[in-house]
Amino acid sequence: MNAVEIRRLDVVRGGTPALRSLDCAVPAGTVTGLLGPSGSGKTTLLRSIVGVQRVARGEVTVLGAPAGSSPLRHRVGYMTQAASVYGDLTVRENLRFFARVVRAPAGATQAAVAAVSLEAEAGRVVSRLSGGQRARVSLAVALLGDPDLLVLDEPTVGLDPVLRRELWRLFHELAAGGKTLLVSSHVMDEADRCDGLLLLRDGALLAEGSPAELRSRTGARDLDEAFLRLVERAAA
Amino acid sequence: MSLRVTGAVAERVLAQLRRDPRTLVLVLGVPCLLETLLKELFAGRSDVFQHVGAPLLGLFPFVTMFLVTSITMLRERTTGTLERLMTLPLGKLDLLAGYGIAFALLAAVQAALVSAVAFGLLGLDVAGPRPVVAALAVGNAVLGSALGLFFSAFAQTEFQAVQFMPAVVFPQILLCGLFVARESMATWLRWLSDALPLTYAYDALAHTATDTFDARFAVDVAVIGGAALVSLALGAATLRRRTD
Repeated sequence: MNAVEIRRLDVVRGGTPALRSLDCAVPAGTVTGLLGPSGSGKTTLLRSIVGVQRVARGEVTVLGAPAGSSPLRHRVGYMTQAASVYGDLTVRENLRFFARVVRAPAGATQAAVAAVSLEAEAGRVVSRLSGGQRARVSLAVALLGDPDLLVLDEPTVGLDPVLRRELWRLFHELAAGGKTLLVSSHVMDEADRCDGLLLLRDGALLAEGSPAELRSRTGARDLDEAFLRLVERAAA
Repeated sequence: MSLRVTGAVAERVLAQLRRDPRTLVLVLGVPCLLETLLKELFAGRSDVFQHVGAPLLGLFPFVTMFLVTSITMLRERTTGTLERLMTLPLGKLDLLAGYGIAFALLAAVQAALVSAVAFGLLGLDVAGPRPVVAALAVGNAVLGSALGLFFSAFAQTEFQAVQFMPAVVFPQILLCGLFVARESMATWLRWLSDALPLTYAYDALAHTATDTFDARFAVDVAVIGGAALVSLALGAATLRRRTD
């Protein structure tokens, strides 16, 4: 069972192709990493999956429905790369607002704040928080309403290692509970924490598979090297 | 449309305003200050103040709300919160109506305050009922908000959004009949004036000042309401779920 299925997806941004005839899938109940250098099309792909990207051609199916269709708006949580929360409101006010929009049950805001370890900051205005804390507020908003699919664009940027490990633990807990997570990152050392990987380069899929598969397929010791070998192979 | 979501948006916008006391002081205080300035400026000619005092009182909220709304909506677009909202179960009309309600409430406070100052302290008088002046002020504020929402779609930065104020608002103020009676305008200017919504807002206020509620007044009110609805619809059309 795939939570996301993408067939022959073409996206053109500003006259240049951002995604080129992309085929890939995200298995349900897993943490899938979307890896690739900056500018490879990660955000464009994530935007296509949540249905806010204008696409030129191709099919994006999410939880059995066309991406962006209205039944999905209750079932997909999206965290954008820039913390898309209101800087002039407190953490709690932000969460309360979004909770009302997605009809989250009472208590959901507190659970979301706890999930990202921001209890101590709940009463603070978001613009006064650090970048990492703001990102976590944004993540907490994505968790509201208990979505079946979480699409997270670089959720761990700027976080200290302890927090990063905690968040990855949270991602796996959610996946164990049946949720699907698609998490983008440009740091290869996060790739090893994923069940499956999609490696993106220049708007095309370079490889997909589990970290172990990618290592054995390339004979590389770490994923950084695996990525390099895949790039070289593709160029050859 | 969902009352729950509309209410959530309105409450959120008001909470954001509460967090910004400086803007609130400016929005509420500046019209009172300007009205006082006007009174003092025409200290020797109270007939002029009596003539323009009420129309200006009713037009202030239009200008303020145009600015406040276009900047707020632009921020929503540039910070990514709009993109996030577009992935959530929220109708475009819920968002626009939420904004409309929040800013109409702010405008009501603004209109009440400047009315109190003008009628109570400055000795402004109108032949018609004063609450009608305040009600028109709120209606104009909604019109200003609706236009602001629409024009914010054409600005990429706050600098640009601010420039829409002189570009969209000033010509309307110049041509509405306040500075030069419409009858004495060149024909093409009068046609232009006919096409601009603020002309009707001014005319309605002028009718209230002279207590002449004729058919023309009804047309004015209908045009203000219609123009607000059309701008809201156009504004909704600029909110795209899918963007490049």
